Amino acid sequence: MTQQDMTGAKALWATLVRHGISTVFGYPGGAIMPVYDALTFYPEVRHVLARHEQGAIHAAEGWAKATGEIGVCLATSGPGATNLVTGLADAMMDSVPLLAITGNVARHLMGTDAFQEADITGITLPITKHNYVVRDVEELPQVIAEAIRIARSGRPGPVLVDIPKDIQLAPYHGEITAPHARPEAPAPAPEATERARELLRGAKKPVILVGGGSLDAAAEITALARAWDIPVITTLMGLGAFPASDPLWLGMPGMHGSVAANRAISEADVLLGIGLRFDDRVTGRVSGFAPNAAIIHVELDAAEIGKIVRTHVPVRGDARVAARLLTEGAQKLDLPEWKAQIGEWKSRTRQPDHWGAAHAVQAVVGRLGPDDILSSDVGQHQMLAAQLARFERPRRWINSGGLGTMGFGFPAAIGAGMAEPGVRSVVIAGDGGFQMTAQELATLKMYDIRNVKICIINNSYLGMVRQWQEMFHERRYSEVWLGDSNPDFLKLADAYDVPGYRASSAEELPAAIDAWLADPRSSLLEVVVPHEHAVFPMVPAGAALNEMIEAEPPRAPRKEAKDA
Amino acid sequence: MTAPTSQDHPQRDHLVSALVRDEPRVLTRITSLFGRRGYNIRSLSVGSTEHPGVSRMTFVVTGDRGVVEQAMRQLEKLHDVIKIIDHSLEKYVDRELVLVKVAITPESRVEVRQIAEDFRARIVDVGRHALTFEVTGDEGKITAFIEQMRSFGILETMRTGRIALTRGSNADIPSHVYHGGETETLRPAVEGIEPREERARGVPNLF
Ligand SMILES: Cc1ncc(C[n+]2csc(CCOP(=O)(O)OP(=O)(O)O)c2C)c(N)n1
Repeated sequence: MTQQDMTGAKALWATLVRHGISTVFGYPGGAIMPVYDALTFYPEVRHVLARHEQGAIHAAEGWAKATGEIGVCLATSGPGATNLVTGLADAMMDSVPLLAITGNVARHLMGTDAFQEADITGITLPITKHNYVVRDVEELPQVIAEAIRIARSGRPGPVLVDIPKDIQLAPYHGEITAPHARPEAPAPAPEATERARELLRGAKKPVILVGGGSLDAAAEITALARAWDIPVITTLMGLGAFPASDPLWLGMPGMHGSVAANRAISEADVLLGIGLRFDDRVTGRVSGFAPNAAIIHVELDAAEIGKIVRTHVPVRGDARVAARLLTEGAQKLDLPEWKAQIGEWKSRTRQPDHWGAAHAVQAVVGRLGPDDILSSDVGQHQMLAAQLARFERPRRWINSGGLGTMGFGFPAAIGAGMAEPGVRSVVIAGDGGFQMTAQELATLKMYDIRNVKICIINNSYLGMVRQWQEMFHERRYSEVWLGDSNPDFLKLADAYDVPGYRASSAEELPAAIDAWLADPRSSLLEVVVPHEHAVFPMVPAGAALNEMIEAEPPRAPRKEAKDA
Repeated sequence: MTAPTSQDHPQRDHLVSALVRDEPRVLTRITSLFGRRGYNIRSLSVGSTEHPGVSRMTFVVTGDRGVVEQAMRQLEKLHDVIKIIDHSLEKYVDRELVLVKVAITPESRVEVRQIAEDFRARIVDVGRHALTFEVTGDEGKITAFIEQMRSFGILETMRTGRIALTRGSNADIPSHVYHGGETETLRPAVEGIEPREERARGVPNLF
């Protein structure tokens, strides 16, 4: 392409190509048309047309979560841009590296309430790591390069670049900016790691608590735990950072955590937290969290240290480096009593026996191999999947942890599936959440995506909300019943040419799963389960981890809403 | 989440400066970060520095040490923030400018002028029923002046908010060249500012 032909829009694509971006998810519109026009000159980029900008951004997140690489999405100004808001907030909470590019009205119209103008940088200020309005075409490639660097460096996160339409059209004369080198993460201070080692050496009841910031340090953390022989707990975001098959693994902590994980944290005398931010769903009541433990906190983001829990030994730095340093000079701790106690707690894990959502989720996740990607939406099925799936390696579990975004799972599974076409990308969703982004079935059809396997756990309720109403609102079920208005999910899938399967009992389930997974195309399985089924164990909101309810309590009498 | 507080440390004012890139919305970015996390800014002043493209903000946040440290760490993460200086950790000079309009009568006129002289307050406007004074000084002096004038009747005041600089020949901005922490830079390097990766002197380095 000659220099004369270069426009802002082309410079944008050229920069993305230079950065190795192969796929972008998006939706066109007036204020980004020059970019879509320029796309036709860049056949090396695959653009995936979603059916809603929220679908596009969640797909980009799924891509990023599966690969660890940056996800890219594109939207027009105004409503297109505002439809990205939920995904940006989601990516911010879960530290997902993401680049969102939005068109905007021409510069001379900005601030005039022009057609489809929205102050998207103002709107997204608190939910992006950084954002830009490009005000000079000569800056565009540099801004994109810097946005990508910011999104990926330190604690990753979403960056939005808003490009006025006239800048997309303006001639561009400069160079195309090369990628920035990924900055080295800071190495922890030697005094800090030495103090941490000292604490570990003296520990009688140690545990390691691993969060989503540890996913790329799984090997080092596994070596660390085995060298010291310390049990490991992985948060919802950290699932897969330690192999579930290892006897040292205690499961997930927190609101729907395992008995062993929550009891071990409550009893621990030394807690080594790595790459986590002590979310309230993890800690329960903070004053009751690890009340007896000296806390070592390994974390890249200085602002997370001491934010929620008091830290005795702050270790600021990269999780991989820190884990390696803490493995040096490790000596196996000989703690038979602690091990025996943990063994007893672990034995309290119940396998789902009677027919219900837990049984169904168990049957599905039991069929996954170590390379399969499992995404989930948000609700009971998500917590069940997190409790029951066994992840052997990181980046195989994709869910919306921090924001808890319904509608996330299915498009994220599409993104993950497109990132790794050779791998099965399974999504478990509820009947409620699936309908928030069900239109993305069209995306499967349009690109003939063959590896996405959708499982809908249909309990005819907004199950998780119903569970809270059951437990905390005397079973006054207010606005959570979907049963009368749910679509026939198989017909819905069929309308998009996606094959569907259904099971309504424990007996039907295995064959249905077989058929669903054996189908060479992307396919949908609906599992119809009993309406009222709750997820346990559960730590009620505001309670401490050791105030966990381990099993389903007897039912409170059902009260009609009008009694209230 | 409410910002953590601890019983052992008293609530007090902390004087903090931030060197920030002079870009649109930088003020919003910073104030909204404070607002979102429930930290109240008691006073704020912003102005340009001797470095083109760099502004300096000085603000007073109330809270215990932990709260203020947390606020500063959150601030440090912002891409537009080049450096944070916590003045409470070093010797500093601070000033505030205030305009005070005091009601006068023929009887009080002389006395008001006399007090103003004691405070080295300058008269910047003379009305038939009021005098307007300009006072600069540290917060204590300004508060004392206002207290003295209260009995005569204060009609209006306007304070600029505090500004501060480190004492001595140490500059808050050491003579390093800012490269944005990268080999390649988007913005031209700002002469004279150390990279943000090297944590600002004055911010306690726990790590
Ligand atoms: C966008 C959004 N709206 C509302 C909620 C609140 N919410 C959390 S779980 C849940 C119910 C989910 O129901 P369903 O998708 O059927 O899954 P189930 O809990 O039954 O497995 C709701 C409404 C949410 N997390 N996200």
